[in-house]
Amino acid sequence: MNAEVQKEESMVLQKKMIGEHFETLSKAGESGRKVVYTFVPGNLNELILAFDLLPVHPEVNALQSGMRKLSGDYIQEAEKQGHSEDVCTYVKCDIGMLKKGNIGPTGEKLPPPDLLLLSYTGCFTFMKWFELLKQEYGCPVVMLQVPYQAEGKITASQREFVARQLRDVVVPALEQVSGKKLDEDRLKELLASSARAEDDLVYVWESAKHKPSPIDAYFGGVYYIGPIFTAFRGLPSCEAYYRELRREVDYRIAHGMGPTTPEGELRQQKYRIVVEGPPNWTSFRDFWKIFHDEGVVMVASTYTKVGGLYEQGFRHDPARPFETLAEYCLGCYTNRNLPARVDIIAKYVEEYEADGILFNSIKSCNSFSAGQLMMLRELEKRTGKAGAFIESDLVDPRYFSAANIKNRLESYFQMLEAKRQAA
Amino acid sequence: MGTQDIIDRCERIYRDLDFGYVHEWKARTGGKAVGFMPVYVPRELIHAAGILPVGIMGGGDDVEIIRGDAYFQSYICHIPRSTVELGLAGKLDVLDGMLFPAICDVIRNLSGMWQMMFAHKYVRYLDFPQTFNDAGREFYRAEMAELLVDLEALSGIQATPERLNASIALYNANRRALAELYDLRSAEPQRVPTSELYLLLRAGNVLEVSEHTAMLQQYLAAARVSQRPLRDNVRVVASGLFCEQPPLSMVRAMENSGCYIVDDDWVLGARYQLHDTATGANPLGAIVDAYMSDTVATATRYVEGDDKGAFLVEQVRSRHAEGVIFAAASFCDPALLDRPMGQKALADAGIPYTAFTYSENTGQVQVIKEQAGTFADSIKLWGAVA
Ligand code: SF4
Ligand code: SF4
Repeated sequence: MNAEVQKEESMVLQKKMIGEHFETLSKAGESGRKVVYTFVPGNLNELILAFDLLPVHPEVNALQSGMRKLSGDYIQEAEKQGHSEDVCTYVKCDIGMLKKGNIGPTGEKLPPPDLLLLSYTGCFTFMKWFELLKQEYGCPVVMLQVPYQAEGKITASQREFVARQLRDVVVPALEQVSGKKLDEDRLKELLASSARAEDDLVYVWESAKHKPSPIDAYFGGVYYIGPIFTAFRGLPSCEAYYRELRREVDYRIAHGMGPTTPEGELRQQKYRIVVEGPPNWTSFRDFWKIFHDEGVVMVASTYTKVGGLYEQGFRHDPARPFETLAEYCLGCYTNRNLPARVDIIAKYVEEYEADGILFNSIKSCNSFSAGQLMMLRELEKRTGKAGAFIESDLVDPRYFSAANIKNRLESYFQMLEAKRQAA
Repeated sequence: MGTQDIIDRCERIYRDLDFGYVHEWKARTGGKAVGFMPVYVPRELIHAAGILPVGIMGGGDDVEIIRGDAYFQSYICHIPRSTVELGLAGKLDVLDGMLFPAICDVIRNLSGMWQMMFAHKYVRYLDFPQTFNDAGREFYRAEMAELLVDLEALSGIQATPERLNASIALYNANRRALAELYDLRSAEPQRVPTSELYLLLRAGNVLEVSEHTAMLQQYLAAARVSQRPLRDNVRVVASGLFCEQPPLSMVRAMENSGCYIVDDDWVLGARYQLHDTATGANPLGAIVDAYMSDTVATATRYVEGDDKGAFLVEQVRSRHAEGVIFAAASFCDPALLDRPMGQKALADAGIPYTAFTYSENTGQVQVIKEQAGTFADSIKLWGAVA
């Protein structure tokens, strides 16, 4: 395997953005900038930026710790402190990191939160996670409850509930911590910028309809969502990133090229797969390589939609700032009911002309995993495509069994081959 | 009737996974029945629409999981798989609908599975606000009003304010009888063995509320005069068992380990509120108010402010308990994520605790008995656990 993922301009840009962000964070104490910890799904980045606050996303720190092989130690640290083996490993990784000095992904110390902004959407664990952090940091928490799309649609009462909490509870809390009044014009500007970046991201997702696909919408996709799902949505740097990414994709389409992977360009694309569920971070590159070696390209994935399903039409709308933020929070992937999730995947299979469906079921994430076996069964019935089901974990290295996963996938690829021959 | 006859009846109801009582009640009254998952649903609304609310608590240790395991990976708690098993085996056909309260992601996703599996049945997910302010109140009121419209359509009976008030009064009486039962157990634990109290609670999942209240009163009268010796047991609170229920054998094992359980959080939906719901001109509003401002602090409910764990500490104090047993269903996110916070609050208050996990079909109750026994012994010896 190559030592480094082949670098493209967009990747350089992203690295720079992240580096600068963490540097700013590490200096927050000296500069007096206030820090808000919040979650990726349903994140209110534009609102946070409108107050000139600095966002921190504990899930991102956890996944970065996973990729840097630090998560195992952190998780054990949390378990030593009395946390159960059975629960979400992101939480334990985060708490372990905190106990070991809160050194962030760039090696610099993270500032403690001035506010915990609990956007309680799509996952029950979020609520417990911030209750736990509140005990650690003793800082205020503001709870934004986002109802679940149990009927597969957003109702007027749900939208109003979230918008009202934003106005009545979240904005005052942000005003308090920042010492500033909300500047609604600034918020609108940020939202308009978000929408432009979102247009480019959708273009990138849809490019996977090409054959060969110029992107890998899962392994590559997790890099593509970095800026838009975290601290940058709403900023010019985010727009610039997606413009550049789109340009690169256009270049690859024009030259009939596949995506860039750690093993170089994926030229031979034998199978096109849709993926459900988060990736494994501790063995991310090994995991990717299994697919690369078999000529598998991921043409669509659900994990890359946890922070917004833009390709289904949603855009941040500066004309309705609170309502649009409410719809954004309500619309994230795991906030949709299982029938809706099945519909989304079935649509991907059809639109992206996929050969199969892969479920990576995450041991400690009930939000994604509970019910996935049934989803898979429904999808096989509806699409006639073969599905594969593997199990791993996000950041707990104890739960990634490379040999098992490889075996299972090899038989799956053989099945796809047999299906193709029979067709 | 003596306590034993009542408890025998409760145990028959507990073991009857065909829901014979519900069949019989429907035949007798011509009414409908709607199931609900633990923890809390406003049973008053269901009752007022002429529907029997039926608490579904998985299959316990009596159901063999054959189909349910094909629906859930091994690292998901047990209650959804045994509930699916009951559903697929047709044992829940007697229910005209199912309600899935917002407890956790497993129950949330189970609601979607139910929508797909039983497409012809009424299925509703009940979102409970976790923000206890005006926005939350209005949202909840709208949710409840919608639920009521659905229930009325299902039964063909209008839940008029009179009917709502009558149902509220019946559930108030039931909660009072349960509170009396809990108080008696705490005051004289030898008179109300925990396994009996547990069976009485479980019967309340199924029986029509007035019938259940009458049963509780009969039991209370008989228990007050029962002759059972007081043992030198340690008084403990059991915490974390609000959803997937422990098997009866485990409840008995805990009780026979040298512990008197003097408070607990199983079958919590029946005791979710602390006081009466008001009756009057605005019964729906009163039900909403009761949820918003008068409920227990459990893991599935967001606790604002700085008093995480205070409720548990208070429970220990008011019941004069000497320690806490944290028991959680394996893989139960709400209970297990909450536990370190409860433990911290107890440690700060100098209250000893022990912790273990179980599942509804746990066979190894001996291990649990030993652990609870060791805990009881150490409290007796040292007054605390090292
Ligand atoms: S349970 Fe899943 S969605 Fe929730 S915090 Fe953990 S990894 Fe994220
Ligand atoms: S036992 Fe726990 S995790 Fe399982 S359904 Fe109940 S609350 Fe959820």
